[in-house]
Amino acid sequence: MKPLRRILHWMKPYWLPLLGALLFAVGSVVLTLLGPVFIGKGVDAIIGPGQVDFSRLGRIVLLLAALFLFSSLCQYAMTLCTNHVTYHTVHDLRTAVFNRLEHVPLTTIDTHAHGDFIARIVGDIEQVSDGLLQGFSQLFTGVVTIVGTLGFMFSVNVPIALIVVLVTPLSLLFASFVARRSHHMFAEQSALRGEIGAYVEEMVGNQKIVKAFGYEQRAQTDFEAINARLYTCGVKAQFYSSITNPGTRFVNNIVYACVGLAGALSAMRGSLTIGQISCFLTYANQYTKPFNEISGVITELQTALASAARIFAVLDMPEEPSDAQADVLTRCDGAVDATDVCFSYRPDAPLIEHFDLHVQPGQRIAIVGPTGCGKTTLINLLMRFYDVQQGRIEVDHTDIQSVTRSSLRRQYGMVLQDSWLFAGTIRDNIAYGRPDASEQDVIAAAKAAYAHGFIQRLPQGYDTVILDDGGNLSQGQKQLLCIARIMLTQPPMLILDEATSSIDTRTELLVQQAFDRMMQGRTSFIVAHRLSTIREADTILVMQNGRVVERGNHDQLLRQNGFYAHLYNSQFAHSS
Amino acid sequence: MFQLLRYLKPFRKEVFWGPLFKWIEAVFDLVLPLLMARIIDVGVAARDSSYVIRMSLCMFGISLLGLFCALICQYLAARASQGFGTVVRNKLFAHVQSLSHAEIDGLGTPSLITRITNDVNQLQVAVAMAIRLAIRAPFLIIGATVMAMLLDLKLSCVFLVAAPLVAFTLYLVMSRSIPFYRMIQQKLDGLGRITRENLSGVRVIRAFSRQQTEKARFQQASASLCADSLLVGRISALLNPLTACIINLAILAILWFGGVRVQIGALSQGQVIAFINYLNQILLAMIAAANLVVIFTRAAASGQRVQAVFDTQPSVISPSVSQTAASTASAPRVAFDHVSFAYAGAEKPVLSDICFAAAPGQTIGIIGGTGAGKSTLCQLIPRFYDATDGTVYIDGLPVDQIPLPHLRARIGYVPQHAVLFAGTLRQNMQWADPHASDERIWQALETAQAAALVQAMPQGLDSPITQGGQNLSGGQRQRLTIARALVGQPDILILDDSASALDFATDAALRAALHRQMRKQTMFVISQRVHAIAQADQILVLDDGRLVGCGTHDTLLAACPVYAQIVQSQQQKEEHA
Repeated sequence: MKPLRRILHWMKPYWLPLLGALLFAVGSVVLTLLGPVFIGKGVDAIIGPGQVDFSRLGRIVLLLAALFLFSSLCQYAMTLCTNHVTYHTVHDLRTAVFNRLEHVPLTTIDTHAHGDFIARIVGDIEQVSDGLLQGFSQLFTGVVTIVGTLGFMFSVNVPIALIVVLVTPLSLLFASFVARRSHHMFAEQSALRGEIGAYVEEMVGNQKIVKAFGYEQRAQTDFEAINARLYTCGVKAQFYSSITNPGTRFVNNIVYACVGLAGALSAMRGSLTIGQISCFLTYANQYTKPFNEISGVITELQTALASAARIFAVLDMPEEPSDAQADVLTRCDGAVDATDVCFSYRPDAPLIEHFDLHVQPGQRIAIVGPTGCGKTTLINLLMRFYDVQQGRIEVDHTDIQSVTRSSLRRQYGMVLQDSWLFAGTIRDNIAYGRPDASEQDVIAAAKAAYAHGFIQRLPQGYDTVILDDGGNLSQGQKQLLCIARIMLTQPPMLILDEATSSIDTRTELLVQQAFDRMMQGRTSFIVAHRLSTIREADTILVMQNGRVVERGNHDQLLRQNGFYAHLYNSQFAHSS
Repeated sequence: MFQLLRYLKPFRKEVFWGPLFKWIEAVFDLVLPLLMARIIDVGVAARDSSYVIRMSLCMFGISLLGLFCALICQYLAARASQGFGTVVRNKLFAHVQSLSHAEIDGLGTPSLITRITNDVNQLQVAVAMAIRLAIRAPFLIIGATVMAMLLDLKLSCVFLVAAPLVAFTLYLVMSRSIPFYRMIQQKLDGLGRITRENLSGVRVIRAFSRQQTEKARFQQASASLCADSLLVGRISALLNPLTACIINLAILAILWFGGVRVQIGALSQGQVIAFINYLNQILLAMIAAANLVVIFTRAAASGQRVQAVFDTQPSVISPSVSQTAASTASAPRVAFDHVSFAYAGAEKPVLSDICFAAAPGQTIGIIGGTGAGKSTLCQLIPRFYDATDGTVYIDGLPVDQIPLPHLRARIGYVPQHAVLFAGTLRQNMQWADPHASDERIWQALETAQAAALVQAMPQGLDSPITQGGQNLSGGQRQRLTIARALVGQPDILILDDSASALDFATDAALRAALHRQMRKQTMFVISQRVHAIAQADQILVLDDGRLVGCGTHDTLLAACPVYAQIVQSQQQKEEHA
């Protein structure tokens, strides 16, 4: 129940509308329940031909009219209050979860599936909104209705009230029987739906491969097999879930008949008026409804609580330690010194051990190695996305742990291979690091990055909106924009990631020129795939399986005749 | 869209009997208030307790019968709707598989997936609801009104005013609020998008220290969602209080005018109670009917989307008569004769006037920038698309005269995007031939430089592969997809930039092994990298859809400026060095 207490805590700022919702709920339920009593009194004023008491009937009708109007008003006010509490709480929760994600250490983001975080921020919070907050108001009105109905029925006639109380649980029994039966069928059904969705995604999404291999017939057979299982399970699940309504109606009808029977017999003995029978009939009709609603709400509540737990799990993730007290690193010259650095992602698999590196301002360091060799690890450490576990990294002879992360990161310009752009205009994307940059500065940066040409050819130029992750741009163009972004901020140090392939050759020429221009006079770390870059580097770090296995300049490494020499010969031998 | 109804044919019986049983239950529901009125007016008035008990037993019996009828109906509805959904899904899947790429590109893969899953589910729900409610709800509304009219025509005027009023209110509130829900869903998707962006771009965001701005962006989007939710809440919250108010006021009207009618002896006290009961039933039925309208509107949209797929005809059709006999042994393995191709609706052709011939045993390198038409060219060979102009020949036979299964069985295709399928590794390797022996598979793995990789897996060929092969690295997947194509022992092998994620040493070993193994086969190698194709027997240089060069590395270097430029861009400084 801990998530429930925490949800209540989040609702605290809205205690006033929450209180309002509760009061209006009580008001609306009581007024609604008073209705049948007065309708009964009205019926009693209509006894037979010539025996209608119009003055009494008139008073009752007017009273009822006022009652119904107020009851409706209360109901409306209650919903408004609940909505206010719900949507504001949801907004607060969402923002809090998102804000937390902005401050968790990178390792948290790297080690969790992104889709899972998105599901929590979108789906789980929606579930809490529907199940917990809205459900709460339903639960409350349901309980008030049950208690109120009981009270009114017992005040009118005890024996008949007892009959209603004894018969109604039948519907609860029925509902719980159905719920028990259908629960695992629903689980199976949604699992099968997931399976069929995944299969369709696989086969339709890869139709080219399916066609190339003539796999259509086999895919159809597999699909029909899953589909047949879905049918068998779907019929059962749908049948069981669809019998709740007729079941409830049946119990209602039984209660109705019981009340009719007992009421008529009592009326003959004179212990009950006809109007009271009508009042009871209405109650009997209403009484089973909140029970069904509550049993529905409770299952919703359970899912909502599970969702709430998943949300709070994110909120409980530790943030990066605060560095508000740390010094601010002012613009550096670009000397980088790593001394005795040790780092690994998992304690049982040591990665970087006792690593030393000394870089003079303006030097170029090429990092070379096969895909997945651990180049990102170095970038992670340099930019303090991850902290070293032993040793120290200094920039201009200042330990980077002693300065604020943001001031350190501002010293670097980073262009990664999978260029990240956000949904916005080209201009906003270039000005990402300097939102206050003038139009001239943005254009100058784009020109320096050789991006101005293609931007001008886009339908809206600098105002062109980049669609989902840059789908309307080629990979090379995206990389040019990322370079323009760096050109605008003019950082003293660079981290560059050369493309391995799939960039069209002409744009690549531009990217290369832009890289060269950017590297002038800046300390640069380059994940290199191109021979020219590698050859011109002051130091080459050869990495394999996350470790630095060799280092030196091109000629030194060739003389060593080790891993680098092997790589070099296999890649470039025939073309040079 | 109504064409879809033909898939209900196997379930004729269910569709007929289901609503009928539901209708019987509704009749019983209408009879109950009438019996209650008799109990009060006849039984209580005459103090006849045996009559009261008889009538009550009658009510019990009718309730029980009603329950049975309802259960039968629900069961029939479940069978018919699920069966209908199953049939439509099977047919739809089969139809999608018969479509060629031009049509699949046009409809869009994600859209096709939602059509097969979500849209069919919507249709299924609509069929179930049609059987369960389409008869019941209108019947209860009309039935209750007719019953009221039979009891007292004049008093039933109240119904004729109240029922349309409720219907109008339902329509008004729902028509105003439903468009908002679509908007809210979009804003919710927007929040998901911002989150996704922030997770994938976390390094850039933190590098620029832009967390505060990102937080503000999310906060703003979330606040806007909150405001919209509150707005639509204000409208939809009107629904229950308004309808309840209308029905309650109608009850008051019944009370007052009922009093007038009873006074003159036109109506009895018990009948007034029956009137009130019918009013409550109408309200419930109206709400059910309103939900039904929503479900049907949604299903109609889904139905159109599903029907649109059925209406799409495949453009690449397999020839009916096998003409393999006509192939000539002396002809080149693959030949393009003035081939042009344009995607449907595109103004500019992707390929224009391509001519070349490839002999058995030759390796053909294809190079050019993104969008130059490299992949498209290769996809014309297995007829993923048909050429708009000109002819593609295999062994001297136009490809559109070879039955598709024969044609595609001869071609091994390794796509740019390396995908494996959920299942075991062996199942993946048997895609080209379900009976391929382990020996053949190992041979293919060996050539594709993947044998060591599979040997290192504890379960070997039985190792499980997750969807898309996500449990393997990009380089591993690429080697396995090459092996998958090799298992089919194709005459023509197409490698569409299939080695991009391999390290240099593996890439070189792969090329060497393929060269050794593919002595009689024709191999197409698409690449952006000169070194990957430099040793090919023939290099096709594509530029903006035109074949601007064709020859060996050395001849092209001298004769083809585009090729020279590509080479220069990749080896720029080496030549100075």
